[in-house]
Amino acid sequence: MGANNEENYLMLSGIQHYQFCKRQWALIHIEQQWAENVKTLEGQFLHQKADQPFIKEKRGNKLIVRAMPIQSNELRISGVCDVVEFIKDDQGVELHGHEGRYVAHPVEYKRGKPKTNDADLLQLTAQAMCLEEMLLCDVTHGFMYYHEIKRRLEVAITDSYRNKVQSIVSEMHDYYARNHTPKVKIGSFCRNCSLQHICLPKLMNKESVESFIGRKIRE
Amino acid sequence: MKKLLNTLYVTQPDVYLALDGGNVVLLKDEERLGRLPLHNLESIISFGYTGASPALMGYCADHNISIVFLTMNGRFLARVVGESRGNVVLRKKQYRLSDNENSSAKVARNFIMGKVYNQKWMIERMTREHPLRIDVEQFKKISQHLSALMVDIHACEDLERLRGLEGQAAISYNRLFNQMILQQKEDFYFHHRSRRPPMDNVNTMLSFAYTLLANDTAAALETVGLDAYVGFLHRDRPGRASLALDVMEELRGIFADRFVLSLINRRVIGPLDFYKKENGAVLMTDEARKKFLEAWQNRKQEKITHPFLGERMSWGLAPHAQALLLARYLRGDLDQYPPFLWK
Repeated sequence: MGANNEENYLMLSGIQHYQFCKRQWALIHIEQQWAENVKTLEGQFLHQKADQPFIKEKRGNKLIVRAMPIQSNELRISGVCDVVEFIKDDQGVELHGHEGRYVAHPVEYKRGKPKTNDADLLQLTAQAMCLEEMLLCDVTHGFMYYHEIKRRLEVAITDSYRNKVQSIVSEMHDYYARNHTPKVKIGSFCRNCSLQHICLPKLMNKESVESFIGRKIRE
Repeated sequence: MKKLLNTLYVTQPDVYLALDGGNVVLLKDEERLGRLPLHNLESIISFGYTGASPALMGYCADHNISIVFLTMNGRFLARVVGESRGNVVLRKKQYRLSDNENSSAKVARNFIMGKVYNQKWMIERMTREHPLRIDVEQFKKISQHLSALMVDIHACEDLERLRGLEGQAAISYNRLFNQMILQQKEDFYFHHRSRRPPMDNVNTMLSFAYTLLANDTAAALETVGLDAYVGFLHRDRPGRASLALDVMEELRGIFADRFVLSLINRRVIGPLDFYKKENGAVLMTDEARKKFLEAWQNRKQEKITHPFLGERMSWGLAPHAQALLLARYLRGDLDQYPPFLWK
């Protein structure tokens, strides 16, 4: 119970929201607000294909598992991997219901194209860390599949990313425990945010209400 | 700000509403009268004893579309409220503040501030636009009185005293209301507010406008995750949407009263649009109600600039914007609740 109660686990997918904007993450995960826009709907549509937990594929030495629930007790996060590819490898670990040894690689599907920030890579790293903890194995790399370029990119799971995931997740737990929605710097990225009408980015650098009222009643 | 969508007003009492895919279907004796895509709708307001299917109610609750059932005369019957939006933390904050007289007063005074400010500027506008038709001197005097009251309201931290100040402002404002009626004066006059039932044409129209506004406001509050029934100025009373009444105080004059006045002054509604019951209660005819709703819907589409946010939006989104700002205040983003101060 207490801190390690699974109820208090954060959603792994939130790492991406958090990297995009701390306030967006808090609005979604703390205040339970949600709004759709074209981009979120495209994302949902794309994931309908990936999210089919009962389809298993075997291609030669490769085992493809979709919509795999994952968690980490250490990070206190949980989520779902779009796809995990298990490759037969003597250096790997045994899997329930399958012969031989396997190494695991998470594959994450995204609607757009590769981003300039590392939000996607951190999400993938967090998935890898969950897999490592659950399977007691090492995950050396994963893949990002981007729908717009219809290609996937290999991503190395490095220690510096692991450290970053750790510190971000601990910040998130901190906000979550305090139920706090932070104020943030606004920017052009706000235009891409489906929550802009809930967030009211204009509030971030507004005069105080006290001075607004004072000004108005002196008119 | 989000976009204002349409409201479907169902004024035939024998129409049943059902869901078909993403559409609302209007059924009368098994026959389809019409079919509307729900993604264009903000709310459905149904007059008379019509029914709606549970499937439609569920879909609307899920998609932030409010459904309200009113009697033929606009008295509130029921509102469909789905799973609570937002966060229990926000609601608990609302309850905590509401339980405390002192912190309630700090929110409540800004509702009243908005109300009095807006009434003052309605009065000032009359003196500018129709100086030859009204008693300008009296208007100016009352405008100054309201200004003085605003200073007191601004400093007031006591709910009882605040109600007293609001009462004083209301008496002054009501004294001028009859002079703001510029046309059809023999059939439209205002002496005092009568509600249950309204006893003259003007009160009947005011009641109807307030009902519509209260429903829009309650729906807006629920959408942002607040409890429309727990207020700060209006205290708890079973079945009363107190917070909706609180937030709409600011909009009563500037939106509802002005709307009613414009229907009279532009002769959209005339004396033949009413009938009087044996006991003196005045009701609107079905035809009048349709004209009223159509004009109301058009007014809601008109664009304004939000006084605090400085953002362009439809008039009809004013309750939504205020609900959002109240939620943001309760969450600690703002030092106070910013009232809608319209000039």
